Amino acid sequence: MNLVLDLFTVVAVSAGVFFFFAGTVGLLRFPDALTRLHALTKADNLGLGLVVIGLLPRAGGLPVALKLIGVWLLVLVSSATVSQLIGRAARRGKLQK
Amino acid sequence: MSINFALTIVLALLVLAAAGWTVAAPDAFAAVVGFVIYGLLLALVWMSLRSVDIALTEAAIGSGVTGVLLLGAGARLRSAEEPAANERAGVALHVMAAVLCTSITAGLAVVVLILPEPAPTLAPSAAAHLAGTGLGNPVAAVLLAYRALDTLLESAVLPLALIGVWSLASDRFWGGRPGIRHRADREGVLVFLPQLLVPFGVLMGIHIVWVGADDPGGKFQGATILAAMWILTMMAGINDTPPISRRWLRGILVAGPLVFLAIGLIGFAVPGAFLAYPPGWGKPLILVIEAALTPSIAAALGLLPAGPPERAPKG
Repeated sequence: MNLVLDLFTVVAVSAGVFFFFAGTVGLLRFPDALTRLHALTKADNLGLGLVVIGLLPRAGGLPVALKLIGVWLLVLVSSATVSQLIGRAARRGKLQK
Repeated sequence: MSINFALTIVLALLVLAAAGWTVAAPDAFAAVVGFVIYGLLLALVWMSLRSVDIALTEAAIGSGVTGVLLLGAGARLRSAEEPAANERAGVALHVMAAVLCTSITAGLAVVVLILPEPAPTLAPSAAAHLAGTGLGNPVAAVLLAYRALDTLLESAVLPLALIGVWSLASDRFWGGRPGIRHRADREGVLVFLPQLLVPFGVLMGIHIVWVGADDPGGKFQGATILAAMWILTMMAGINDTPPISRRWLRGILVAGPLVFLAIGLIGFAVPGAFLAYPPGWGKPLILVIEAALTPSIAAALGLLPAGPPERAPKG
């Protein structure tokens, strides 16, 4: 059982790291603000989500597990809001290219 | 080479890179972004040293509040930035600044490296007398019992800083509202965020103040979260900054340091020394001090970024 849980953690965290990596590459390589935001959301939403899911079996208790999920949800709320604001500013042409 | 050591090296290099970027950044905004990243990396460094209290303070105050203050300062200086960039300082000045900064860093490094091994520490005696304070967190015991005088002075610095900022107001705006009035966001994104986040943020802020007695946390970190929630509602245009002439506002700002000072003076009467708590009364008195200080710190930190009053008081 422990081996299965460890394997689950390794797979999920690795997948999360992959999305962080892909998001970072996108942030560096994509041409404008909107596509860069698109790349960043992969790191915030999927990457962090997968890392949190992967760490849940190792949390050692329900309160810690709930806190981990809470951290993910808070990051989701703030990143979604900031993406909206940056995207709107980009659409109105307020950002320098 | 263990994996922890490798992570420490990577973290140290990242801190150095962030510090280098902050110095070399092309404009003030980029430098502030670099400074905030530097602060968050430092918080990770403190975490890896297992100093959770300091990590929380660094993230909340060193990176968060100071970052917001610097962003505001950068925005105010934007008109002066172009002329300043054209005025190149002389080579001699650059060299002198570099020599000064390098010698400070080198001096600190020497001081750290010549410490005897093991380094002198008061940690055992701080832990030994923990029971007498009624607290479970030795950091809180240092802040509110062993070195309460330092904390008293720190708490008095914040209202003084705010008075300093307010005194930059021109005479006709004195007593008015600080900063500009943020209009409510018509498309709702920036209004939605505080509506969703502030209840949780207030809960978290109070929680962090409360657990500070026994676990990492405390009034400064908790009050910073409360101040951030207040700033969020002001930025979203949900409420306005209060006029600085309001008595309730001034009362909240000075209540914390005054209560702290009063309890310190009571110490002369009962145990016989300034800021000494009567035996058995340590924990309740510390709770009273924290309860009075938290709103003071939150109000001061919430109003510092708004700057001096910029709107004339009505009537």
